[in-house]
Amino acid sequence: MASSCIQLCCRRCSGLLRSKITVQYSTQAQHCTAVLTASSRVSNGSSFLAGICAASHTRQRWRQQMCFYSEHKAKPLTAEANRYKDAEELSGSDVVAYKNRLQNATDSLPVTDSQVTLDVDAAKSLSALEEISDEEAVSISVPSALPPATTSLRDYVDKSETLSKLVQLGVNLWKLEQRPNVGSMLLKLDFQTDVAPRLLFLKDIGVEDSRLGYILSTNPFILSEDLENLRTRVNYLRSMKFSSETVASMVSRAPYLLNFSVKRLDNRLAFYQQQLGLSTWKTRDVVARLPRLLCGSLEPVKENLKVCQIELGFKENEIQHIVVTVPKVLTANKKKLTQIFDYLHNTMKLPHHLIVKFPQVLNAKYLRIKERHLFLQYLGKAQYDPTQPSYVSLDRLVTLPDDTFCTDVASATLQDFHLFLKTL
Amino acid sequence: MTTPCIRMFRRLEGLFCVYKPPGVHWKHVRDRIETSLLTGVNGTPQRPLPQVVKFLAQPGAGNDGSSELTLSAASVPVLASHPLVSGPEFQRIPVAVGHRLDAFSSGVLVLGVGNGNKALSDFYKTPATRDYTLEGEFGTATDDFSHTGRVVERSTYGHITQDKLERVLAMLQGANQKALLMYSNIDMRSQEAYEMAVQGLLGPEGKSAPILKGLRCVRFEPPHFTLEVQCLNESQKYLRKVVHEIGLELRSTAVCKVVRRTRDGVFTLQDALTHHHWTASDVMGAIQQYHSSKKLRKSPHTQTKDPTIQSRGEDKKTESQQSEISEETAVSTVLHTLPVH
Repeated sequence: MASSCIQLCCRRCSGLLRSKITVQYSTQAQHCTAVLTASSRVSNGSSFLAGICAASHTRQRWRQQMCFYSEHKAKPLTAEANRYKDAEELSGSDVVAYKNRLQNATDSLPVTDSQVTLDVDAAKSLSALEEISDEEAVSISVPSALPPATTSLRDYVDKSETLSKLVQLGVNLWKLEQRPNVGSMLLKLDFQTDVAPRLLFLKDIGVEDSRLGYILSTNPFILSEDLENLRTRVNYLRSMKFSSETVASMVSRAPYLLNFSVKRLDNRLAFYQQQLGLSTWKTRDVVARLPRLLCGSLEPVKENLKVCQIELGFKENEIQHIVVTVPKVLTANKKKLTQIFDYLHNTMKLPHHLIVKFPQVLNAKYLRIKERHLFLQYLGKAQYDPTQPSYVSLDRLVTLPDDTFCTDVASATLQDFHLFLKTL
Repeated sequence: MTTPCIRMFRRLEGLFCVYKPPGVHWKHVRDRIETSLLTGVNGTPQRPLPQVVKFLAQPGAGNDGSSELTLSAASVPVLASHPLVSGPEFQRIPVAVGHRLDAFSSGVLVLGVGNGNKALSDFYKTPATRDYTLEGEFGTATDDFSHTGRVVERSTYGHITQDKLERVLAMLQGANQKALLMYSNIDMRSQEAYEMAVQGLLGPEGKSAPILKGLRCVRFEPPHFTLEVQCLNESQKYLRKVVHEIGLELRSTAVCKVVRRTRDGVFTLQDALTHHHWTASDVMGAIQQYHSSKKLRKSPHTQTKDPTIQSRGEDKKTESQQSEISEETAVSTVLHTLPVH
């Protein structure tokens, strides 16, 4: 008997829970439809009606269940009573007791009923069929239907103001989302408070609008950097006598520049000045032309300097001259550097001083130098010594585009050059 | 739903050949072709973004405290399909490489794009030979048979004459002819073997040891010499070894300075694109040209309907050989007529 009561209670509780859940669901469904139809009130009402229906339906079902249980439990009891007629009174009292308990149970039923109706009422006051004003309709906060987890920012772009503004700025979100943690960082930003001040700051220091997309695509972390820090770093660069236009061009060409602390920037500048033995003016010039030098690691630069000094055999002042003319030599791949030098020095028989005179050749493509040299050699014009007649300067050999090279230097046609390449 | 990108890619599918410069790995050639094709295909004008109608609240309306709210319907582009968000339409293009050329050698390298990959495997099922030009030098021997390797031996070469060299070449060709018969898997006493031999179709089916079908000395200026080779199933290392063995056979030593492939099946030097022309538009032109030439080659055979359909491969070869030779002479004449100062 007691166990059956407990069972009953359990059923009731679960039923209660179920009804609550359905109510919750119905309100959620209402929200979703609200999102989809942009708070159009008709559909709002209809969906809510559906919600109420669902709630009342569950209540009904639940009552039926209750009835079924009471009947079911009463029947065997009465049968029992018939069988033991002599103990009729006893059983009758039992039945009474049971009925009392059932009474208790059904007494507790209205409580739950009222809870449900309370819930429904609360929702009803939000909107049933009654009209609400437009402000209210707009002020209803609509949780956006965003996927909680995704592999791409595509799902969020049309919903998030920040992302859509970034796309309009020309930021390559596809590239950014492939980098770890960048996507979630961008989503957490608020356009008005986080993004706009930094963009305005970049504009203030003189960065052109067209470069903003490139800067943010390369370095999205500038958006999470403290604005005060950015200011200090720009002030530091200006205090090192970089003009404001130079700072702007440096920032737009090396977007990571402003993410490094003043101490680090200072270290880098001191390193280049000491290692290369340059004057402050020349250091500034080199760094302004290749601001990447301030961002990257110093180890490859040190290696390149050693390669130039020991492997290629340039003197101190020659290295200085090369670096001032072509700063890119410092960040070049040292394998390529030696390959080009090997070809220039050992195959084309160029002395060091001639290479130093035209350091651009170290920045050129190996294949280009090789093909042009072989073509000139085939024509008998590979004459790189400035003291001899019909001298071809290395600068002209390397920097001219193909057609001008063929007509001016090789005095042949472009077609001849391409046919010659097929005989290599 | 075909976009301009897809349409352009469809036109790019097929076979073409490039001229691989010496000293470059074929993988780099393939990757460079793929990136240039990708930039070409993705650079086609994008379709305008799809529009969606949204109800936007007027920004000015809420501020002045008026109770009326203005929602305006506006059609805004769906940013999710913006190229900056969804990325380029093509992120990979399947480019397959035909018979490989190692980094040391140069010459015609056949490539297939898209469904051309399938055509490429069919292309190599036909027993077509490849032509090579080998440049050698007597006097040294190296560990990897090329002039850049470590020198292991030096020798004299004064006793070598062109006559002696050609005798060795003939001997080599004879030995290879024997090997060819051995690999051809046909009873030599049958009529079938006779007919195939008449058409010059005897050859190995599929894989076999490298076979030199033709070997000829085109230039002999000791210590330099140039050979022209037609071969099957070769590797460039094998060809360098051949040069080395020719040196040993002549009681001297030789290294290979240049391995240059001048023909691969129907693809000749004339069709090959040098690396200045590895752009999507040039590649497209080359592929269209190959398609049209294939149609041209097919049509005369359908007219004649002769029983020797199999001889098509041989015809192609001779045709292409002739054109190859004319190309070679054209190159040399052009280069010789250049004003030399």
